[in-house]
Amino acid sequence: MAKTKKKVPGLNSSSMADISFLLLIFFLVTSSMDTDTGLARRLPAPPQDEQNLQEMEVQRRNLMVVLVNSQNQTMVRDQLGDEWYANITEMVGRGGKVGLKDKVKEFVTNPNNNPNLPELIEQDFGEPIGRVMTTADHVISLQNDATTSYKAYIAVQNELVKAYNELREEAALKYFNKHYADLLPDQQEKINKLYPQRISEAEPKNYGGGN
Amino acid sequence: MGKFNKSGGRTMPELNTSSMPDMIFAILFFFMVTVTMRSEELQVKFKLPSASEVQKLEKKSLVTYINIGIPVDPRLGTGTQMQLNDKLAGIDDIQDYIAQEKASLNEADQQFMTVSIKADENTRMKYISDVKQALRKAYALKINYSARKAEN
Repeated sequence: MAKTKKKVPGLNSSSMADISFLLLIFFLVTSSMDTDTGLARRLPAPPQDEQNLQEMEVQRRNLMVVLVNSQNQTMVRDQLGDEWYANITEMVGRGGKVGLKDKVKEFVTNPNNNPNLPELIEQDFGEPIGRVMTTADHVISLQNDATTSYKAYIAVQNELVKAYNELREEAALKYFNKHYADLLPDQQEKINKLYPQRISEAEPKNYGGGN
Repeated sequence: MGKFNKSGGRTMPELNTSSMPDMIFAILFFFMVTVTMRSEELQVKFKLPSASEVQKLEKKSLVTYINIGIPVDPRLGTGTQMQLNDKLAGIDDIQDYIAQEKASLNEADQQFMTVSIKADENTRMKYISDVKQALRKAYALKINYSARKAEN
């Protein structure tokens, strides 16, 4: 057993930095950092018969109409009356008026069983929610003008989603004692069933002021 | 005066660069993990609207993009244009495009296909509505209004 240590010749790694720089630059160039985010929506299936467009039957009290016009003004109409928002700031509730979000929350929950707000129907949602009265048939109809700007439309959509998200968060804290985001998928499913998003995006109508 | 001899070759001490590759690799891996490949060259420019309730779009392979905005090339005017798959297209082309994209997915995934509408915030809703109607006809019902995350 010869104990002579043979010296291993060192690998010349001076070009390693260059190679890794090349790789780095390649990835920098070909990649985009931004993750895509947005508001998810589901469109209704196309009408089977174009000539015979049937109107969905909705009770007047179950319907809330949100209109966005060509000047990006918003009008909310339900059985309680009309609310008019002159701009987006007012619509989000910073202009001294009750914001759209709070109106939607009141509309969806109908806490005082007001006959002018959607009908409360008792349903079983399984453990641990049990039998609860909800406004299962409410519909929020979002309508826009042809020249409404996309920005205003998204702002209104955002307020609607925010109202639902806040209701779901409240329900999650009430029934599961946890934040909605921390719930298991099937628990989230239950909360979603309790407050389903019922937003209908109608075909635009021309209410004047644009073409 | 030995202290001031000119010929005394004072050499710069060598900078030790042996850890350089490690550092670069670390950056490289960071980028490889955090980014997604850019899929197409944008031919329209758009500023996405902002919203606070945005959700992340999962499963990029199931997402089809529709870009709506003003053409980058000024010769094409300043009107709203739509880009599908690396070229500008009209509303009528959406159905074919969706059918084609749907066919490229495997059958089990087709029902989960999402269409992400990336539109400029100043687009008129007429255009978006037309796109939506075309998507309905093409049975691409899961859509996503692309928006920037912002507090508002």
